[in-house]
Amino acid sequence: MFHSGLQLLCGLVFGGELLHTWPKNALAWEPILAFVDIPLQLWALQIFTGLALGSVLVLLAVGLSLIFGMLAVVNFAHGAFYTVGAFAGVFVFGLTGNFWLGLVAVPLIVGTIGLAVERVLLRPLYGRGVDYPLLLTFGLSYVVVDAIRMIFGKVGLPLSAPAVLQGAVNIGIGYFPLYRLFLIGAMVLIVSGLWLFLEKTSYGLIIRAGARDPEIVRVLGIDVSRVWMVVFGIGTGAAGIAGFLSAPMQSVIPEMGIPVLVQAFVVTVVGGMGSLPGAVVAGLLVGVATSITVMIAPQLADAAMFGLMAIVLLLRPQGLFGHRGLME
Amino acid sequence: MNRQSGRNYHEGQARTSRRSVLKTAAAGATAVAVSPFMFNIARGASDAVRVGLPVPLTGPYGTEAREQARCAQIAVDEFNAAGGLNGRMAELLVRDDKLNPGEAATRTQELIEKDKVHFVCGSLSASVQLAVNEVCKARGVIYMSISQSDEINEVRDFSKYTFHEAMNPHMTTGPVGRYVFPKHGKRIAFLIADYAFGHELVRGLKREGKQYGIEVVAEVKHPIASKDFSTFMPQIQAAKPDVLFLCNFGYDQLNSIKQAIEFGFKNNMQLVVPVLLYTQRLVGGAAYDGVVGGTNYYWELENSIPSAKAFNNSYRKLSNGSPPSDYGAYGYSGVSALLAATRAAGSTDADKVIAGLEALKYDKYKGLQYFRKCDHQSVQSVYIIASKAQAEVKNTYDVFKIVHSEPAGEGILRTCSELGL
Repeated sequence: MFHSGLQLLCGLVFGGELLHTWPKNALAWEPILAFVDIPLQLWALQIFTGLALGSVLVLLAVGLSLIFGMLAVVNFAHGAFYTVGAFAGVFVFGLTGNFWLGLVAVPLIVGTIGLAVERVLLRPLYGRGVDYPLLLTFGLSYVVVDAIRMIFGKVGLPLSAPAVLQGAVNIGIGYFPLYRLFLIGAMVLIVSGLWLFLEKTSYGLIIRAGARDPEIVRVLGIDVSRVWMVVFGIGTGAAGIAGFLSAPMQSVIPEMGIPVLVQAFVVTVVGGMGSLPGAVVAGLLVGVATSITVMIAPQLADAAMFGLMAIVLLLRPQGLFGHRGLME
Repeated sequence: MNRQSGRNYHEGQARTSRRSVLKTAAAGATAVAVSPFMFNIARGASDAVRVGLPVPLTGPYGTEAREQARCAQIAVDEFNAAGGLNGRMAELLVRDDKLNPGEAATRTQELIEKDKVHFVCGSLSASVQLAVNEVCKARGVIYMSISQSDEINEVRDFSKYTFHEAMNPHMTTGPVGRYVFPKHGKRIAFLIADYAFGHELVRGLKREGKQYGIEVVAEVKHPIASKDFSTFMPQIQAAKPDVLFLCNFGYDQLNSIKQAIEFGFKNNMQLVVPVLLYTQRLVGGAAYDGVVGGTNYYWELENSIPSAKAFNNSYRKLSNGSPPSDYGAYGYSGVSALLAATRAAGSTDADKVIAGLEALKYDKYKGLQYFRKCDHQSVQSVYIIASKAQAEVKNTYDVFKIVHSEPAGEGILRTCSELGL
């Protein structure tokens, strides 16, 4: 997976270099000329910005993908859990004044809410087709957003990054926000931890086996429904921490989960539903694609990820890392 | 009964929050962004003086819109407490235009045709304003616009029914430019909300900048209600400007400032927000340190202006002591002016009230104002404010200091002939 990700990055950088050195008078079209004039250093910084942007998407999509892969639940409340994470973080920070504590507390709080939601609301719906949990989580997202409006009000709340992560550092290609570097690092740590847990621990083995054949796992005397509950808790916890990590970069408002839900779905579709490496590569890819489109054709920036999705779906309908037939 | 109708909006707010869970659960697929807000939906007594207020209660400008609704209600309450129009009470009908011109046109049409409002006041985005203005013009209803627009003063959109209580981008950017350009440098970058408001601010600043010999080194447009601004920052950084103008509004303003600061811009350039919002500053906190901008109002004007003190105190009674905001004040002043002219005219007849507004000299919150005859632009003072550093802040609301002001005068407006009038 890292292999192809690296290749992609090299391709993007190489593409930029190629365009940079292209003979200018060979092209008359003005937008392309502007595009050629962009210095390589700006390209690099723009790509890096895209990676930070993608990191939040990765965290969201990993949870979404995990839940879909294991439970076959399309979690429309994922954006709401992201919002809950941001508000829980502001709340914890207000109580303790400690940002770092939030990194531990938020996934626990949101994950616990996730456990309860799975146990009470989702469990009765298993075996009834994919649209039941879909509608339930869709409705749940409205309830959660309005509950937040009632508890925390409709006006946004502030949350600042801790002092040590404020400001920008020179990373060789220009000044880059320290907090966003931290975000990339945090994403790598969280995803690696999750991967190790799933691939290297015995509980991870049970989860993977449960995804492949729940009947056999049950016959072996393992409580599969508990496994699913844990998976839902982990997935929502990841959404929660994504929300918390995003909070210092934007205003914490009840509606903050709505746009990211769409992006997270695009990422899971591009990466392949249910694939962890797919979520990582596609998340970063969508971030970088958006960032570069902003630079060369800003009016298309919002459409960029959908364009990417269309191309991927045409070439590989199951997504970059998806398995054929998962949705059937 | 009269007092009751005057208080509808506040009661409505408390009542609906309890209902909202059920409502939203039932709302289904309509729209997640729909807020549970249902202001004054009930129709009032048939002889009431009705003012319709379409504003974007939901969406990125929601904070400012709710302020406007709240302050407009104060104007209505004051009018009623003073006896109304020979005993006829005023009533405010608030609607959510969702920051969408189509939605706003529909809501305005309903307000005029179903609810029989006598006047319309409101809107928070140029394209929405123009849509509301079209509907009002066509039906001969006075429209009091309360957010910034240059276009609404121009001959193509102006009509005798069109009044503009808010400042416009031209009169805002003039004073802002005159304060900023000599002080902070000539290399200028713009981060622009990609719609009429953003474009008009840039146009005004460039026009003002000509005499200072400014050089525009970057012009980056962002879509309205962007969540992430980081992708716009590398280009601005690479251009190495002395000043970055953030020509946007609402949540966009706060988010873009926060992210500009993340990139360390504060060390290298002056951040200027032509329409610097009090509401966003309250949420933004320390991120705003040292940010400079223009405004129509800051509550500290109460130290020198009696009407500001009176307005602040009315607002404080309803808000646990917090003072009103700049955009809230437009809602108050706009509706107050309409009702004052109605009283002067002794009637709700549009032509008589227009004459009343044209003759009106009013001081509702910031000193004397009047509507210029040719374009119905409210002539008013303009303030330049700087955000205080956290260390200087004495209380939650003590966020700005007024560093410069330009008095009310037609000199800061475009001439009537320039507007084609």
